[in-house]
Amino acid sequence: MWLYAARRLLMTIPIGLGVTVICFALIYLAPGDPVQSLLPPDATAKDVAELKHAYGLDKPIPVQYLIWLGHALTGNLGRSIQTNQPVLDEVTRALANTIPIAVISVILAFVIALGLGILAATRVGGILDRLATGVAVLGISVPQFWLGVILVIAFAVELGWLPATGMGSSGSEHFSWFKWSEAKYAVMPIIALTMTPLGILMRTTRSSIAEMLALDFIQTLRAKGLSNAAIVIHAIRNALPQILAMFGLQLGYLIGGSILVETVFTWPGTGFLLNKAILTRDIPLLQGTILVLAMAFVLINLVVDLLQTAVDPRIKRA
Amino acid sequence: MGAMAPRPLVEVRDLQVSFVSREATVSAVNGVSFTVMPGEVLCIIGESGSGKTVTMRSLLRLHPPRRTVIRGHMRVGDHDILALSERAMNQVRGAVISMVFQEPMTALDPVYTIGDQIAETVIRHEGGSRRAAMARALELLNLVKVPSPERRLRAYPHELSGGLRQRAMIALALSCRPSLLLADEPTTALDATVQIQVLIMLRRLQEEFGMGVIFVTHDLGVAAQIADKVAVMYAGRIIEYGSVADVLLRPAHPYTLGLLSSTVHGQTRDAEIEAIPGSPPDLRALPPGCSFAPRCRFAVPPCTAAFPPTALAGLDHAASCLQIEAVRGAVPAHADA
Repeated sequence: MWLYAARRLLMTIPIGLGVTVICFALIYLAPGDPVQSLLPPDATAKDVAELKHAYGLDKPIPVQYLIWLGHALTGNLGRSIQTNQPVLDEVTRALANTIPIAVISVILAFVIALGLGILAATRVGGILDRLATGVAVLGISVPQFWLGVILVIAFAVELGWLPATGMGSSGSEHFSWFKWSEAKYAVMPIIALTMTPLGILMRTTRSSIAEMLALDFIQTLRAKGLSNAAIVIHAIRNALPQILAMFGLQLGYLIGGSILVETVFTWPGTGFLLNKAILTRDIPLLQGTILVLAMAFVLINLVVDLLQTAVDPRIKRA
Repeated sequence: MGAMAPRPLVEVRDLQVSFVSREATVSAVNGVSFTVMPGEVLCIIGESGSGKTVTMRSLLRLHPPRRTVIRGHMRVGDHDILALSERAMNQVRGAVISMVFQEPMTALDPVYTIGDQIAETVIRHEGGSRRAAMARALELLNLVKVPSPERRLRAYPHELSGGLRQRAMIALALSCRPSLLLADEPTTALDATVQIQVLIMLRRLQEEFGMGVIFVTHDLGVAAQIADKVAVMYAGRIIEYGSVADVLLRPAHPYTLGLLSSTVHGQTRDAEIEAIPGSPPDLRALPPGCSFAPRCRFAVPPCTAAFPPTALAGLDHAASCLQIEAVRGAVPAHADA
C-alpha cells in the first residue's frame, strides 16, 4: 500500500512535466502574436525586438522552456500582461473564490446523487427510478449558462430574493461565508454548478449499485438472512470505488472553475480568470492559470487513486 | 429406519414454480413432491434446466418475487415456507436453512474479509459482540479444516484458492447450526482432488451436526459418494426416487438408465459411450404426456397421452414411467457404479 502510494506519487512527476510542456507550448499554439498586441500599430521593428528581448522571446524555444520551467517551479509564474500583477497572486485569489463553491457543489451533488442513485438502483424500472433518472438526465442535459440565466430571471429579477451577480456588495475581499448578506451571492452559482455533477454521479451510483445487486454474492447475503437494507449496504460498499472515481473527476472539473457559470454570475474565480485571460490574450496569465489548474487536477486524481486502493481490497498494488 | 417413521424434516408437496416474463412463462418446476428425514442426504440429480436448482432455491424463497409464481406446499421443521412473512423468512434463512452455492469465486462478497462475512451471519441470528462472533468464525474455519485459520479470517475471498473459498462458504453456511443444508453443486467448480476432500468433509459435518442435506448435482459419481436417497429430475418433475443403491444400480426410468449409460464407469477403453438422443424439452411449451417420451427408446403410444403416474418399482423406490418392466430388462448386469 505505502509502496504503491510512493510509486504513484513518483508517477505524477512525468505527468506534471507533460502538463508544463503543453502550457508552455500555448504561446506558440495560440493564434496571433502577443507582442504585436502590446505595441501600438505604428511600432518599429526595433521596438518589437526590444520587447521580445525583455520577455526573453528571442532565445531558442527549449531554452525559453527551461527558463520558464525554472521560474514556475520556484513559484514565479510571471506577471500578467494586462494588470502587471504576479500571475501566482491572481490565480491564488481566483482559486480561493472557486474552491469553496466547487467543494460545496460537488459534495451537495454527491449526497443527493447517492440518495437518488440508491433509491433508483433498488427499484430498477419503478416510478421512483424513472423519476430519479429523469432528474439525472435533466442535470446532464441542461446547459449551465442557460440554467444560470433562468435562475437570475427567477430569483433575482422576478422574486428579488437573491442578488444576480458578483461576490458581495463590497467586492470579493470582504466576502464572508458566515454572513447571509454576503453568502447569498454564492447560492445561485452553487445551484448552477451542482446540476451537472449531480446528474453524472447519480447515473454512476445507480448503474454501479444495480450492477452489484445483480451479482451472485447478493444471493449468498440473502440466503444468510440479511435484511434488504443490510444487503444494499454491501452493494454500496462494492460500488464505492467506482462512485469515488467519478466523484474525484467531477471535483477536478469544478476546481477548474466553470467559465460559463462564473461568467454568468461574475464570480471572480478560476473560470472567470481563464475567460479574462483568453479574451485579453494575456498569455502568461493563461499559462499560469492552466498550469495551476492542471496540477490541481493531477493531485485530486492522485488522492482519489489512493483512496480507491484503501476501500477496494481487490486492487492489490504492492 | 425403524417401523415407526419419525416426522420428516422437509416436506415438499406438489411444488410448482414458473417464471413469468413479458415474452413467455417458463414452467421450471411442475409438481415436485419429496421428503427429507432429519440427518438424511437427498441428492437431486438432473441436467441443466431440469429444475433442480430452482426447487432448492424455492425452499429459501430466493427467486425474485415479482417474476415468480410458486404454488404448492413446503414445510421445513415447523416453518410453512410459503406462509412466512419476509421478515420471518429472514429469520429462517441462514439459521434454520442455509445454502452453499456452486461458484465459491462469485458467491462471497469480494470486499469483506472471510471473518467478517461469517461473523455477520452469527451476529444477525445469534446476536452478541463482534469479538465473540469472530471467535466463532475462527472455530468454524477450524471445523472445515482451513489451514492457518487465524490468517484466513482476515483474508479477502480473492486471496484464497477455490477449494479454500468453498470451505469458507461451507463454514459460513454452518455458522448458525442449520437443521437443513442446501448444497447447489458445491463441488462442480473445484478440481477433482479437492472435490473428493470437500465431499468427504461435507459428509462428516453432516453426520456431526445431524443435518438434513439436499444436494444438487449432475454428477452421478458425486451422488453415489454422498447420498442416502436420490431423486432424478427431468423437465421440472421428479421422475424417479429411491435409495441411492436402488436408483443407481437398479434404475426404473429410461432417463436414469440413459444417464447411467452415458457415464464413464469401467467400460472397455474403446467402447462407445451411449448418449441420450435429442435434447431436453422447451419449458415454455411442455408436451402433455411424459416429457421424456420424444427421446425415449421404450416409448409406447400411451406415453404421450398423459403424464405417467408414479409406480412403485420396489420398497421406497418409485418411477413415473409406464415401461418400468422393459427398463428393468435392459439394465446392464454389472453393478459397479
